[in-house]
Amino acid sequence: MDNQYFVDSEFLSPAALAKKHRLESDPSSRTDIFAYLPGMERLESEVCGQVMERVRAYDASRWTARDVRLALSHDTCSVEDLEALLSPAAEPFLEEMAAKARTVTARHFGNTVYLFTPLYIANHCENYCVYCGFNCYNHIRRMRLTMEQIEHEMQVIAATGMEEILLLTGESHAQSSVQYIGDACRLARKYFRMVGLEVYPMNTDDYRFLRECGADYVTVFQETYDTDRYEQLHLAGHKRVWPYRFDAQERALRGGMRGVAFSALLGLADFRRDALATALHAYFLQRKYPAAEISLSCPRLRPIVNNERISPLDVSERKLCQVLCAYRLFLPFAGITVSSRESAAFRDGIVRIAATKVSAGVSTGIGDHESKYSGQASQEPEGDEQFEINDARSYAGMYGDLSRRGLQPVVNDYVYV
Amino acid sequence: MSETTSSSSAAADRLVIGGREFGSRFILGSGKYSMRLIEAAVRDAGAEMVTLAVRRANTREQESILDFIPQGVTLLPNTSGARNADEAVRIARLARELGCGDFVKVEIMRDTKYLLPDNQETIRATERLAGEGFIVMPYMYPDLTAARDLVSAGAATIMPLASPIGSNKGLATRDFIQMLIDEISLPIIVDAGIGRPSQACEAMEMGAAAIMANTALATAGDLHAMARAFRLAIEAGRAAYLAGLGRVLTRGGDSSDPLTGFLRD
Repeated sequence: MDNQYFVDSEFLSPAALAKKHRLESDPSSRTDIFAYLPGMERLESEVCGQVMERVRAYDASRWTARDVRLALSHDTCSVEDLEALLSPAAEPFLEEMAAKARTVTARHFGNTVYLFTPLYIANHCENYCVYCGFNCYNHIRRMRLTMEQIEHEMQVIAATGMEEILLLTGESHAQSSVQYIGDACRLARKYFRMVGLEVYPMNTDDYRFLRECGADYVTVFQETYDTDRYEQLHLAGHKRVWPYRFDAQERALRGGMRGVAFSALLGLADFRRDALATALHAYFLQRKYPAAEISLSCPRLRPIVNNERISPLDVSERKLCQVLCAYRLFLPFAGITVSSRESAAFRDGIVRIAATKVSAGVSTGIGDHESKYSGQASQEPEGDEQFEINDARSYAGMYGDLSRRGLQPVVNDYVYV
Repeated sequence: MSETTSSSSAAADRLVIGGREFGSRFILGSGKYSMRLIEAAVRDAGAEMVTLAVRRANTREQESILDFIPQGVTLLPNTSGARNADEAVRIARLARELGCGDFVKVEIMRDTKYLLPDNQETIRATERLAGEGFIVMPYMYPDLTAARDLVSAGAATIMPLASPIGSNKGLATRDFIQMLIDEISLPIIVDAGIGRPSQACEAMEMGAAAIMANTALATAGDLHAMARAFRLAIEAGRAAYLAGLGRVLTRGGDSSDPLTGFLRD
């Protein structure tokens, strides 16, 4: 396997380093990604089979310009149409796809764009995911905010006008327990109208508890639906169990969450196949749970602390745009979020075509909102970032930029009842 | 008809909902929210009633949608986001606390893809809210039996969908809406799916009491011009309905020679 991801740290003990190298170089030292760990709830769900059957059979090269034209002429975008729109044959039709996507977005969302901000409350992690800045072997400043610190961060963010927050942690049950996340949700409910979670996958009962604590929606990135590639990238930890992660959204809905979000991290594997899988995952789950609010994200790989070489590889902006247009045409009702991983120019363009939600005032570090917002060095310790952001616009900056382009920023669209 | 007669009959032709009179038969829906849209709907389409999604009004934002509702315009808060009767009732109460008055449009959806209303839950919510003194305007799938239940539940109007919300596809449920107009004694307000002024005009000719639209305006090239076009179309359709459509238009006209004139006793 290519080793652009592997970075050794001088701070690791010889034993830890030896284990890390063994995990990286010897597949037999790694666990079976389909084997559930003790305590993991197993759903007997048909959704995974429905998605993966289509994805495994997908051959992007077999679609032609004629298929793409047909897909663009249809009122309702079928799964076959989606497959054509994601194929290389659709690349010359990007402008037409964008025009149609824009119409569909306007029909369903008008000129509205939702704003939110993420808040990382802990970056401890027990997984070894080779591309992620929080991975357990990466030497970064680790931190877990106390409730007082979280409340302070929330006050700083809420003072900007933001009303929707996405709480994130690294994946560590020990350092950021379900109870800890629940306490943070209760605090968030005091300051924000809408609370999302992007934390480790958990069981239905845990989601039910977090819903009672005030969480509204759950985002879980599958990273890649290519199980062979997943095995090579997620070398240790709970996250290694691929099917448990796949069923996370379904458990969240069963736990009473209002909405769920899906994503592949584009650039890890064949992005067309991963995009198809993401869209189908959302599609089949919404068919099973028609009341679920569905949204999609589309992150591309970004450089991390200690590794500048990580990049989105072959997923250019044009290709990302193609994916987003295909998502929009296939799932006209779905929210599409574009994060600050992407440039200001890209985000400004894509909200006119397909995206309906953007983050603003973003920090992926821990406990650093005040210093970032004020531009002054912090007196308090701060935790390192998960990845480098690209679009650093503040809430006010983003609000103003959207308004100037004739779009209507929306800071809240929900009543918790 | 002289101009004087025309204007005096128009003046008498008022839409009455929950005891309040409206001169306009255009109601702005809440789907595509923008301050410009509200302004155009009131100024150019003549809207006297504007729907407000409580979930969006429930904000600390300085630029609140509430501030953009002009004086004299009746707010119609809706319960969008509710998935069952309990949630709708709670949202309606919240609307009242926000100072939105007693009007409420009940919207209950358990489907995020097509946003189709759940008639059973809507009937339950209507009954409870009417009991609490709300003027309830339920959004529903045009089903005559469900509409009769809504009347019994205390609805002030019935608001059947013309086609899927946001679709701009017009009167896909035309025949079923006609049944409601013919059989239900409350005002029938056609909601959702009206994409063009001609469709609004047709619904008014059929006897609809008013039209609710949003996407058709929100996505128009020239918002203000489209708002004016809707006003004219709705007025034309209403005038045609009041005039009694002639034979060519198939409904309501009289035959000039009695078919039974040959009968001798």
